[in-house]
Amino acid sequence: MAEVKLTVNGKRVTRHVPDETLLVEFLREELRLTGTHVGCDTSQCGACTVHVDGMAVKSCTMLAASASGSEVTTIEGLANGGLHPMQKAFNDNHGLQCGFCTPGMIMTAVDMVRRYKASGERLDEEAIRHELEGNICRCTGYHNIVKSIQQAAGEM
Amino acid sequence: MYATTYHRPSSVEEAARLLSGEAKILAGGQTLLPAMKLHLAGPSDLVDIRRIGALKGIKADRSAVTIGAATTHFEVASSPDIRKAIPALATLAGWIGDPAVRHVGTIGGSIANNDPAADYPAGLLGLGATVVTNQREIAADDFFTGLFSTALEDGEIITAVRFPVPKRAGYEKLRHPASRFALVGVMVAETAGGVRVAVTGSGSDGVFRATELEAALAKSFTASALAGITIATDRLMSDIHGDAAYRANAIRVIAQRAVGSAK
Ligand SMILES: Cc1cc2nc3c(=O)[nH]c(=O)nc-3n(C[C@H](O)[C@H](O)[C@H](O)COP(=O)(O)OP(=O)(O)OC[C@H]3O[C@@H](n4cnc5c(N)ncnc54)[C@H](O)[C@@H]3O)c2cc1C
Ligand code: FES
Ligand code: FES
Repeated sequence: MAEVKLTVNGKRVTRHVPDETLLVEFLREELRLTGTHVGCDTSQCGACTVHVDGMAVKSCTMLAASASGSEVTTIEGLANGGLHPMQKAFNDNHGLQCGFCTPGMIMTAVDMVRRYKASGERLDEEAIRHELEGNICRCTGYHNIVKSIQQAAGEM
Repeated sequence: MYATTYHRPSSVEEAARLLSGEAKILAGGQTLLPAMKLHLAGPSDLVDIRRIGALKGIKADRSAVTIGAATTHFEVASSPDIRKAIPALATLAGWIGDPAVRHVGTIGGSIANNDPAADYPAGLLGLGATVVTNQREIAADDFFTGLFSTALEDGEIITAVRFPVPKRAGYEKLRHPASRFALVGVMVAETAGGVRVAVTGSGSDGVFRATELEAALAKSFTASALAGITIATDRLMSDIHGDAAYRANAIRVIAQRAVGSAK
């Protein structure tokens, strides 16, 4: 068993889990944070995207033990009182239909906007589409997701 | 996944001591964890090297860029030093997978795995890099020995990769639209030791040097110098994504683009 110590959405947690436990299993099954979804479990779809030490990662492709010591933010930790500007933008622009990919899309989108702001590069439509390569949506056709991110990028 | 035992050593020496029997190094896990889920790998122990300080970081001077084995694709793609010294290498790293993969995947893990469609093998071979391990130094020409195989011995740990700074170099990639791996990836470089051209994604034995393109570019380092060249198909792979003849043509076209973008 591995001792996993994380700060998840600002709260410290410690659990003993089998060494091969994936971060997504830890979040969903140990902490009951079921907002993070498992779409493919093969590192392709991005539905499981969370932030580890401020960076988007696929939580189905990281061991909880390997993340131990890190700060993790999930979709549940994004809203602070009201909705996060990215969440509001997805709502405003109809950036979701069934909603299954949405937590991963939003975590990826927040990471991308922060990264582009930090580097000073321009996050235009083409860059957004390129940045979304690791996130698959089976419903929307992506146009409204891109619009949502463009709106939130202006507000974040 | 089969049960395993996780270790987090704090030094390369400690990691080396833990690597016996069926133990495996875990770096970014972007290849190893998917393989473990498919039961293609079942290591008894995982030795996590991702946080060992000595394996991290980028050092650059006028003649060489040295990248620690546990440095992520994101760190390479966004490094101002690498963007300045070898922009083609930063471009290559920035085209691997997607942002989440780049945030954790490492250069050491990529070359140890030597996937025939991976990008870094072409980067190392094309730029004439040297792989530094905890035991020795291995020239890229001797490191990649075939599909998913390398010159590494059991338990040997890559600590860094050293790239000589070329006069100019360019990397271009025809990406598989779904997996984002290279169908054809070509690194062209004008180096102190001559022109080098390395091709990934296409070789039936993995990454290789395209000597016919090297000879033409040695005479004239221009895209038009490659116009009339035909690439032999006998060492190219054919699969549902493209047959050998398709790849042969694509190699020339992508190499021409790489020469055009070389800086
Ligand atoms: C969705 C997706 C898309 C991808 N697209 C691309 C792409 O377009 N191009 C591309 O090139 N790659 C791609 N990859 C692979 C990615 O680049 C991996 O990060 C990389 O191949 C492995 O690096 P890692 O650090 O994750 O290694 P791990 O998965 O941790 O390890 C891989 C292997 O290397 C060994 N190893 C790791 N570090 C060392 C070391 N220092 N010394 C000796 N052995 C070591 C491990 O034991 C293991 O056998 C993709 C992966 C995913 C999931
Ligand atoms: S569930 Fe992790 S990438 Fe699809
Ligand atoms: S909204 Fe249904 S998968 Fe994206």
